[in-house]
Amino acid sequence: MAKGRIEIREDRCKGCTLCALACPQGVIVMASDHVNAKGYYPAMLNDAEGKCTGCAICAVACPDVCITVYRQVPAKTRPSAAV
Amino acid sequence: MVEEKVVYQRPDALCDVPTHYCPGCTHGVAHRLVAEVIDELGVRGRTIGVSPVGCAVFAYQYFDMDGAEAAHGRAPAMATGIKRVMPDHVVFTYQGDGDLAAIGIAEIIHAATRGENITTIFINNAIYGMTGGQMAPTTLPGQRTTSSPSGRDVELTGYPIRMAELLAGMPGAAYVARQSLHSVKEINRAKRAIATAFKAQLAGLGFSMVELLSSCPTNWKLTPPEALAWVEQVMVPYYPLGEYKVTDEVRALTRKQG
Repeated sequence: MAKGRIEIREDRCKGCTLCALACPQGVIVMASDHVNAKGYYPAMLNDAEGKCTGCAICAVACPDVCITVYRQVPAKTRPSAAV
Repeated sequence: MVEEKVVYQRPDALCDVPTHYCPGCTHGVAHRLVAEVIDELGVRGRTIGVSPVGCAVFAYQYFDMDGAEAAHGRAPAMATGIKRVMPDHVVFTYQGDGDLAAIGIAEIIHAATRGENITTIFINNAIYGMTGGQMAPTTLPGQRTTSSPSGRDVELTGYPIRMAELLAGMPGAAYVARQSLHSVKEINRAKRAIATAFKAQLAGLGFSMVELLSSCPTNWKLTPPEALAWVEQVMVPYYPLGEYKVTDEVRALTRKQG
């Protein structure tokens, strides 16, 4: 199970590839089979092995603020787990 | 049920609209850093941005805060007026190299000399982007542009201007730094410099400027990753990164606030 995940706004992506190159886990790939409304090949998360850690490096590299990053909250820090 | 938290999302100070910038252009990164700093300082409601003429001419549409559009190169003059009339507001200019280092060099030098309490974000991409890739004052020796097709000849057109070093020599400048946007590490450093510049303004310490080395894949005729490599390998050696002026007051400010 991945520790994190990202959502990429495909319609805003300009296909610059900078997020895919920045990703330390190499789980961002550029689409090759479809283009977005702007005509670019958008970046996609391809994380079948659950390697994404939610480090947000891709989001820092993205010039178009397309990426929202989520990270799992460890069970021990969850308020509900403390009860 | 797995709980998760958002660790990164669009800053509130950035409008949720697409930008007109080319794919891979680091203007978008610079916009985001400024927006994040303004959000973190909690001053969005009293911040006024002054847009330049150049690629960032629509910056006022992208920042979710008050903005004004200056005539070419005159953003520091306009910001001076705004700041003097409304001294409790945070006023910044966002300018490119054609705007700041060419037609507007008088305005920026005098704003720095007067120690105007404004912040300038200076995007240096070594070329005129919006007009089609002509030679700028910051174009590197030997760099090919549409108006220097054989490469910039320093015998004919002189040498590129190092703005950060120039403005650091002005007594009124409180904080002057040059950072780059070519990697995630440098982007994070650039954000810290922008934060220091805005903090200096909030403390009323005088003029602050952050020069950001930026990429222009379209006019350099490179792919976005090649353009970032060009910034690192070609621009950084000519435009060394670092803080060129940090007054004692600014240093005390950054120490106190971490």
